[in-house]
Amino acid sequence: MIGSYDFGLYVPGDSVLHRAPAGGKLLGLLLVGAALIWLDRPWQVGLCLVVVFAGYLLGGLGWRTPIRQVRPLWLLLAVTAGLHLVLGEWQRALVVTGTILVLVLLAALVTLTTRTTALVDVVVAAARPLGRIGVDPDRVGLIVALGIRCVPVVLSLAGDVRDAQRARGLTTSPRAFAVPLVVRALRHADSLGEALVARGADD
Amino acid sequence: MLIELAGVTHRYGERTVLADVTLSADDRRIGVIGANGSGKSTFARLLDALVVPSSGTVRIDGLDTARDARAIRRRVGFCFTDPDAQIVMPTVAEDVAFGLRRLKLTKSEVHQRVAAALERAGLGDHPDHPAHLLSGGQKQLLALTSVLVTEPDLLVLDEPTTLLDLRNTRRVAGVVAELPQQVVLVTHDVELLDGFDRVLVFDQARLVADGPPAEAVTFYRHLMAREPAP
Repeated sequence: MIGSYDFGLYVPGDSVLHRAPAGGKLLGLLLVGAALIWLDRPWQVGLCLVVVFAGYLLGGLGWRTPIRQVRPLWLLLAVTAGLHLVLGEWQRALVVTGTILVLVLLAALVTLTTRTTALVDVVVAAARPLGRIGVDPDRVGLIVALGIRCVPVVLSLAGDVRDAQRARGLTTSPRAFAVPLVVRALRHADSLGEALVARGADD
Repeated sequence: MLIELAGVTHRYGERTVLADVTLSADDRRIGVIGANGSGKSTFARLLDALVVPSSGTVRIDGLDTARDARAIRRRVGFCFTDPDAQIVMPTVAEDVAFGLRRLKLTKSEVHQRVAAALERAGLGDHPDHPAHLLSGGQKQLLALTSVLVTEPDLLVLDEPTTLLDLRNTRRVAGVVAELPQQVVLVTHDVELLDGFDRVLVFDQARLVADGPPAEAVTFYRHLMAREPAP
């Protein structure tokens, strides 16, 4: 039935990380993410990467899962590293790209080991005080859930557009890729909005 | 539930997609057929107050869709052609639970209802699977289950089998046939209308036939072959 679990979506399990409260994991992610700005040596970033990889093993996710999480980032990482290398800052290249990797892997580790509904509950609770200034906390939670849900949808749309491009021999045209992707994404957003109304999201 | 349309016309800009439709129906199984662009999907959306008519009135059990949209949507479930557009949560069980939010149930009640609904749909073994990795048929079953778990009185299905193969079409049709609810089924597959009480035929924005399945389907076949109806 299922081929693989990808894109940071929840993987069922009973590890320590799965059992840890969603609020604690999100708070930890926030604090560690903020603390990463103090990293300025490649060995420090390397150590963090080792710790994060260990987290994946602790969560019973295996060593291939973190590689799958960062695979879509290769272009961003290559451009970032290349820019620093051109400027003659090879150590900075390692630190910046490594920090991005640590952040993405940590965020994915949280979503891979936490049900979306548990994450949404935390976000809704955290957004509750904003109700005083007219923000609907349930809407904020719904936006988070939809954001997570839409990642595979957009990737699937991009795959379809790329296939259509190849079939028509337009493999090198960025416009032939971007225009239909945006059109399909907007059409999907339209349908999704209608479905949300039908399913009582505005109740 | 009594479905009443009185002089309903609907336009998108300059284009009229439904013209002067008047109808009253409380049949348990109502089929809707017609060519692409004939107005049948707009008709379906009118019943769930997803579309409010440009003129005329639509009443569902006495409630006006222009004024009582939320109350109507609590009693009317809607299933779309493309389940990917309807599945809003990342995993199977979470998506089924999504529709129950408005009922303000306890977590254990939600869990019980979701588990029972998934079991009935044959998805009980996969509550934590990512919804986007299900097959097309399983996605449509999930979309249907997510609507049914809210226990609507009327279920509107807009071409739910168009994207499915024959096996999954039969599976979805089997689920629909067993439902105790009143059903309005929009479809191109006239075989699905076996055993229905009433079939509506739309053509060029108008309701052109309304009757028992055999008569309505014969009329539709002639219409599509561009031959005069008998």
